[in-house]
Amino acid sequence: MRVYSAVYIAGLRRYSTYRAATLAGILTNSVFGCINAAVLLALFSVRPLINGYDAADAVTQVFVCQALVATVAILGPPLDLGERIRSGAVGTDLLRPVPLLGWWLAEDMGRATFSIVFRGVPTLLIGTVLFDLLLPGTAGHWAAVLASVALAAVIGFALRYLYELAGFWILDTRGIWAVVGLVGPVAAGVLLPLPLFPPGVADVLRALPWASMIQIPAEITLGKESLPGGSAAGGLALQAGWAAALLLLGARLTSAATRKVVVQGG
Amino acid sequence: MTSAHSDDAVIEAVGLGRDFVLSEGPLFRRRRRTVAAVRGIDLTVRAGEVVGYLGPNGAGKSSTMKMLTGILTPTSGSLRVLGMEPARERTRLASHIGVVFGQRTTLWWDLPLKDSLELTRHMYRVPAADHARRLAELTGLLELGPFLATPVRQLSLGQRMRGDLTAALLHGPRLLVLDEPTIGLDVVSKATIREFLLRLNAEEGTTILLTTHDLGDVERLCDRVVVIDHGSLAYDGDLAGLRAAVPVPRVLVVDLAEPSPPLEVAGARFVRAEGPRQWLELEDNPSAVIARVAAGNEIADLTLREPDIEGVVAALYRGAEPRPA
Amino acid sequence: MADLLARPCGGTVERLTRPARVYALLAWTWSRALAQYPASLALMTFGTALGAVAEIFAVFVVFRHAGALDGFSLAEGLLIASLANLMFAAADMLMGMVEGLGQHIRSGSLDVMLVRPVSPLVQIATDRFAVRRLGRVVPAAAVAGFALYHCDIDWTAGKVLMLPVLVVSGVAIAASVWTASGCLQFFVADAREAANSVTYGGHALTEYPLSIYGKGVVYAVTFAVPLAFVGWQPVLYLLDRPDPTGLPDLLRFAPPFVAVAACTAAALLWRLGLRHYRSTGS
Repeated sequence: MRVYSAVYIAGLRRYSTYRAATLAGILTNSVFGCINAAVLLALFSVRPLINGYDAADAVTQVFVCQALVATVAILGPPLDLGERIRSGAVGTDLLRPVPLLGWWLAEDMGRATFSIVFRGVPTLLIGTVLFDLLLPGTAGHWAAVLASVALAAVIGFALRYLYELAGFWILDTRGIWAVVGLVGPVAAGVLLPLPLFPPGVADVLRALPWASMIQIPAEITLGKESLPGGSAAGGLALQAGWAAALLLLGARLTSAATRKVVVQGG
Repeated sequence: MTSAHSDDAVIEAVGLGRDFVLSEGPLFRRRRRTVAAVRGIDLTVRAGEVVGYLGPNGAGKSSTMKMLTGILTPTSGSLRVLGMEPARERTRLASHIGVVFGQRTTLWWDLPLKDSLELTRHMYRVPAADHARRLAELTGLLELGPFLATPVRQLSLGQRMRGDLTAALLHGPRLLVLDEPTIGLDVVSKATIREFLLRLNAEEGTTILLTTHDLGDVERLCDRVVVIDHGSLAYDGDLAGLRAAVPVPRVLVVDLAEPSPPLEVAGARFVRAEGPRQWLELEDNPSAVIARVAAGNEIADLTLREPDIEGVVAALYRGAEPRPA
Repeated sequence: MADLLARPCGGTVERLTRPARVYALLAWTWSRALAQYPASLALMTFGTALGAVAEIFAVFVVFRHAGALDGFSLAEGLLIASLANLMFAAADMLMGMVEGLGQHIRSGSLDVMLVRPVSPLVQIATDRFAVRRLGRVVPAAAVAGFALYHCDIDWTAGKVLMLPVLVVSGVAIAASVWTASGCLQFFVADAREAANSVTYGGHALTEYPLSIYGKGVVYAVTFAVPLAFVGWQPVLYLLDRPDPTGLPDLLRFAPPFVAVAACTAAALLWRLGLRHYRSTGS
């Protein structure tokens, strides 16, 4: 456990040195938040209610999304793991007494923690200053949001870990990023809040892991009934299910990859 | 082609200086400080010379190199390279000089070496026939054949350096500027490159200016050594003169069969010991000292260490007055 | 192509067109190198094309729900989005790599470019030239064609002639914005991400009728960062629509002039930045 907390803190420290980039990130997230919010406000001024979402819901989701998008890294950056697999340096990582998955999870959670505190929270604050956001009113509700964000970060990590792990079997993982870099934002509710899609499509997308990174946390923040089971508990259960399933898959594939490296010598 | 200034001078620097303004301290309380990287250097290099430009890290070597190639604008003094003023005529000068940075490649990382060289040809506007002839020549001399079709990122350091040299020479430059050309190379690659440079200088009369930390480069290649430290010229002359100006003794490393008290041998001075290994500074010629050590002790191994350039330069700066040869 | 450049220094015309020819040559070489992995290239191109499809799809969804936004119908909305996408995609392909300037400065590869007798701007812009970005242009052009067909446009000879001029001007303006924001990295090392909010943010902004953002934004992208001339003004011109924000209609004829001004400004900023770099060494 000591090792993991050390790796976690190292991840946190590493990102805390990128101060200018963090400031620029807040700027970029806020600009995109404002643009998307303006578009949706224009839309909802014509159609005040779409599939249970109103203007305030939509604008809130836009800023929750901008606050989370860097934390869950849905648009990247990829884990450095990919580079280590390509260069073969991963061989030494596999020799460490710490499991590969755990090591990278701890590192990435350090990054995610820094990102949510110093990039996510300021972005959300800017959103509340500029627009009327519907934020939780009770401590219990905030606790649910916090749990949801943590699970979203784990899912974000697990997906990127799997993308990079594919590098053991295919030569170029950039192709994977080219595809998931597009599917991800659409399915997660980054491009548009999922309620704007036809209800059947939205329900399918809501069940996929990408939605658990943005759409589900947004709906938990808003306390929506469209969540699985109609409540925050259902949403958290879905997220926890995905987090567990993806981590398990990651662990399984790591062993397979390790065998491959050991047998074939990389 | 260019208006030659004083007969055959390739590089003419008079009082060349370069200051940097540094901002320090926290935001809002920043202080500006001016630091001189190069101070008033006078340097003339004539056509056909091979000059080693030496000095410790941070002495102003790379700033000088950047000014010579036109990347950096001087703050004072005058500078002419091939009759041109590098800062103002950078693009024109670029077609007449070749530059190799040992630590970063001028080749395109993802392209096969051949494509990189082809691109270079277009950039330097070398006619196709000249290019083919020269490429064939360089391919033979530097043995590029086996890896011409390999992407640059897959080349070994030695292969890459040979590729970089080729790229820098395809347009037949009159001046070749090399920044650490043998850094990180194995012994064989170093030898290949040194022989090649000597031949280039002898056959085509190409003037060569190189920075290096490798005494072997200097001994093998340079008729003339220029030492810079703290931005000023500390020495300008031949290598023998530099050695004479600052005598730094050679060191004999003796591995004895077992740890022993410090050796006392005539013609050598004990420096330090580490287990059975002892370091002796030579004051006499090595064979005499080795004979004396061998007479009284059982020796497992022996090495003779030449003083490196760092040592010579450091000694130059510590003590002896610079004495131009 | 191979022998275009292999001539001794020529006259003024030769000097002026040389950057364009070197650009074409470098871009061609990169494309050829990347085409050695055809499967990868095809996949990336397809992925890039889907990116444009996704963005235009979002505009489609919004207009389907709204019916019309600020008096612009679905087809008109798609026209704005696809034209903006087309121009930004082309500009990104031509000059997008300038955003890597900071990386070139840090790694020292800018110095390498400076010791070659070719404009470093051309060298940076063509570095790893990505043909795959053409993938964006194709679906955007297809949707633009579709929207032009479905919009109620009173086609005159003037409009037919103006259309290519407007497209070229739009590309030039977007490319200038891209170049200028990249140049900021000469002065502020970490400016890349902040510049992204102008380039990618500007792209996102121009996908919808600008009037929905309010007058302040429209004025800013008309007079400060001239993105209003990339998709918005051309569409107002094609549709014969008065400017909903009350700006003079004459502005819709400005794109070619704005393009020249923007290119000049970007070129000056580049020169200024390069001079700064060469005089500070950082």
